[in-house]
Amino acid sequence: MTLRPTRIAYVTGLAVALAAPAALAPVLFAASALAQGEPIAARQEIMKGVGNATRTGVQMIRGEAPFDLDTARETFAVYIDASERMPGLFPEGTETGGDTKAAPAIWEDKEGFDALFVEFGERAAAGLEATTDQASFQAALGTATQSCRTCHEQFRLDN
Amino acid sequence: MRDALQKTAVVAATLGILAVFGFFLLTDPDLQGTGLERVPGGEVDLANGETLFRAGGCASCHATPEQDDPLHLGGGLALETDYGTFRVPNLSPSRDGIFGWTTAQFVRAMRGGVSPEGEHYYPSFPYTSYTRMTAADLRDLHGFLMTLEPVDGAAPDHDLRFPFSVRRGIGLWKLAYLDGEPFAAPEGMDPLLARGAYLVEGPGHCAECHSPRNALGAIREDARFAGGPNPEGRGFIPNITPHETGIGGWSRAEIVELLASGFTPEFDVVGGQMAKVVDNTSELSAEDRDAIAAYLLALPPRPETPRD
Repeated sequence: MTLRPTRIAYVTGLAVALAAPAALAPVLFAASALAQGEPIAARQEIMKGVGNATRTGVQMIRGEAPFDLDTARETFAVYIDASERMPGLFPEGTETGGDTKAAPAIWEDKEGFDALFVEFGERAAAGLEATTDQASFQAALGTATQSCRTCHEQFRLDN
Repeated sequence: MRDALQKTAVVAATLGILAVFGFFLLTDPDLQGTGLERVPGGEVDLANGETLFRAGGCASCHATPEQDDPLHLGGGLALETDYGTFRVPNLSPSRDGIFGWTTAQFVRAMRGGVSPEGEHYYPSFPYTSYTRMTAADLRDLHGFLMTLEPVDGAAPDHDLRFPFSVRRGIGLWKLAYLDGEPFAAPEGMDPLLARGAYLVEGPGHCAECHSPRNALGAIREDARFAGGPNPEGRGFIPNITPHETGIGGWSRAEIVELLASGFTPEFDVVGGQMAKVVDNTSELSAEDRDAIAAYLLALPPRPETPRD
């Protein structure tokens, strides 16, 4: 799935914040349809998307790929989208099955789990706003991806 | 008839007494000499001690739970296992911890699994790996620990099921599974690989989680590093041998990246207990991370341990 909103959408920081979710709407629709049938597959797909966006971002930070401001900001758009959709994809009955690595702690402490996604979304939104060049992107990506570790430590089985 | 009964009773009683006697003889913590070697003198290298503290992941278990300072080693973490609940002791230089221990006592605890009071430690404390460490390194680690903040308060006792609750019985387990051999690099081994082997097999104690265990809780050597069920609950600890079901296909740089930042080649971020491992490995020198990666890639490739 490609998540490349038009360049025009990024006129100002505010415009970016507003336009990114709009540009993602078709993807959101497809994913929500998927989510109704298969929450486990849907959440795994979202996490894969987060990993792919992170790879692209890290490659730009390392200089393995040319830095592109739109692509950098897109990383955070993917994070924001994930932070909004993930908490709803852990209904009762999806604790096991489908090769899930979700830890029982998610259902024991759903509030704590959801709070981490709120924090992740806030960090990503701040990153979206703060990213103006490679250096600011690196700092913002570092902060946002701290959420990955925190959540995986508490709420995922299998390292 | 009565004579026969009496004889049987006498024989049974004698065998019983011999068994008890034999048990105490075989489980005597002083039976094994591991960890009783001379500690080399000389200046304590605190920087090396800190490196070993990181490599050994001491804080992952001994840091007081529910606070963020990895150097606040009050213990108390509960490890829920099939044998019961282990509670990690205080490792700080407090009277409830290791205050007053001599370096020799510390070395014996780490390499021989015997406390200064002369009791066996349970192998939930991974001395089967720490036994590979050199006495000089342990002297430095002890020196570093003694510089940390004393934290008062002793952890509650373990809460184990019978027969595991019989601490003395660990002596039998050690006879079978603690060889007490310090690490020695095979002759001609590349120095980087040798450093990696020492870190992985000794202080790093990687095999303790990344291997399956037998019915008696000992690592199955035929599947060492091939992954295994999480000893602390649900889930599976991955295969870290260079097999297609493990880290086959990973480059050395990718392993180094995981140890430095937690990112896998798929840009997943490791979690579970490995998150704390990465907190530590990220503090090691780049050379040490490279050495660990080189050694892991040189392990015999093994298929992942079957999951139940």
